[in-house]
Amino acid sequence: MTRINVTVDGVKYSDEVEPRTLLVHYLRETLGKVGTVVGCDTSNCGACTVHLDGRSVKSCNVLAVQADGHEVTTIEGIGSGGELHPMQKAFHENHALQCGFCTPGMIMQAIDLLKDNPDPSEHEIREGLEGNLCRCTGYHNIVKAVAAAAKAGE
Amino acid sequence: MIPAAFDYVAPTSVQEALAVLAQAGDDAKVLGGGQSLLPILRMRLNAPETVIDLGRIDALRGISEDGDALVIGAMTTYAEVLASDLVRDHALVLHKAVATIADPQIRHRGTVGGALVHADPAGDVGAPVLALGGELVIAGSGGERRVAAADFFEDLFTTAVGDDELLVAVRIPKHTGWGAAYEKFVRVAQQWSIVAVAATVRAEGGTITQARIGLTNMGSTPLRATAVEDALVGKGAGDLAAICASAGAGTNPPSDLNGDADYRRHLAGVLTRRAVAAALG
Ligand SMILES: Cc1cc2nc3c(=O)[nH]c(=O)nc-3n(C[C@H](O)[C@H](O)[C@H](O)COP(=O)(O)OP(=O)(O)OC[C@H]3O[C@@H](n4cnc5c(N)ncnc54)[C@H](O)[C@@H]3O)c2cc1C
Ligand code: FES
Ligand code: FES
Repeated sequence: MTRINVTVDGVKYSDEVEPRTLLVHYLRETLGKVGTVVGCDTSNCGACTVHLDGRSVKSCNVLAVQADGHEVTTIEGIGSGGELHPMQKAFHENHALQCGFCTPGMIMQAIDLLKDNPDPSEHEIREGLEGNLCRCTGYHNIVKAVAAAAKAGE
Repeated sequence: MIPAAFDYVAPTSVQEALAVLAQAGDDAKVLGGGQSLLPILRMRLNAPETVIDLGRIDALRGISEDGDALVIGAMTTYAEVLASDLVRDHALVLHKAVATIADPQIRHRGTVGGALVHADPAGDVGAPVLALGGELVIAGSGGERRVAAADFFEDLFTTAVGDDELLVAVRIPKHTGWGAAYEKFVRVAQQWSIVAVAATVRAEGGTITQARIGLTNMGSTPLRATAVEDALVGKGAGDLAAICASAGAGTNPPSDLNGDADYRRHLAGVLTRRAVAAALG
């Protein structure tokens, strides 16, 4: 076992983990942050996307020990005081989800995308989300939601 | 799936990492960005006893200039390469190739060094580094040595880096102001190259004075199309089709569900023409 100190959604945690523990399993099973989900076995789907020191990563492809000393933000940490994050609001208002399984990862990646490029074209939104798969929506409303959030953020 | 159990070591210097590697020997695996190794461990295609994480060694990160060369630390991420003006100014074709790798999340973690040592023939870092005449800096117990990219890639997933060695940096001769393009042929987003071509050229008044061309996934290692490079000198946009068509000649690419070897040779010609035309601007 290895001791790690991680800040997750603004709260400091110190835990003993097996080195082979994936960050996503640490978040879900040790911390109970089940908002972050696992959708594949190949690091393709992006459902597990979280921010590590402010940048998006696939948490199924990072070891918990690699996050030692770092800061993690999950879908559970982006809203504040009962208020949805603007990106969550935009997904809600634009009907950007059906089953909702891809949504936590989509939202975390979309937030990362706007950080780099606050005013993306439709094409840039699609490219920015290329690591996130959705099996329901056909992406159309997801792209609309991200564009709406970008507009709202101006 | 989750990986088999292993011991985890996170050294903070190259010396320390080499010492752990020497002690652990064959049973150890070095962890770079983890974007290839962690999927391998999760699928249990490999089960090392010790994992040595290079992520805490600051000396392996960053991009700097050393005279006529750019020096890119092995643990520099793709995202850092893409954000670098030095890379844009002096090694544009590397920037263009890295921009096509995987997706933003993976580009935040994956490293230039990890990609080169992993040496997947469909990987997108090898061909531009080869085309630019890069040199790989390898550290072992006896100190550092430098290996030309042309000698670095030995076979599928096999490089000149020994079991007890680490790749510490890539040195790239500056190609300041050269035009560049990376033409990657895929059927869907976020796919590995079926074939890709890295082209970088210097031109005066529309006439090519120097050209460098690297091929991705046209054999077990990245390849250089030197005959086409030579034939392009003195030529311009109107001459490309005939010259570039033979870029795949004499290569031995794989045949798989994405295309057979003949189709890949055809693609290499078409993509080379497109890449050189785009590099000419
Ligand atoms: C979904 C997905 C899509 C992808 N698509 C692409 C793509 O389109 N194009 C592409 O090129 N790549 C692609 N990749 C692979 C990605 O580029 C990897 O990041 C890269 O191949 C390995 O780099 P890494 O830093 O993550 O290395 P790791 O996974 O950590 O290591 C890879 C290998 O190199 C060794 N190693 C790492 N660093 C060193 C070092 N400094 N010295 C000695 N040995 C070292 C490790 O022991 C291991 O054997 C994709 C990966 C995924 C998961
Ligand atoms: S669960 Fe991480 S990418 Fe699919
Ligand atoms: S809403 Fe079902 S996978 Fe995207």
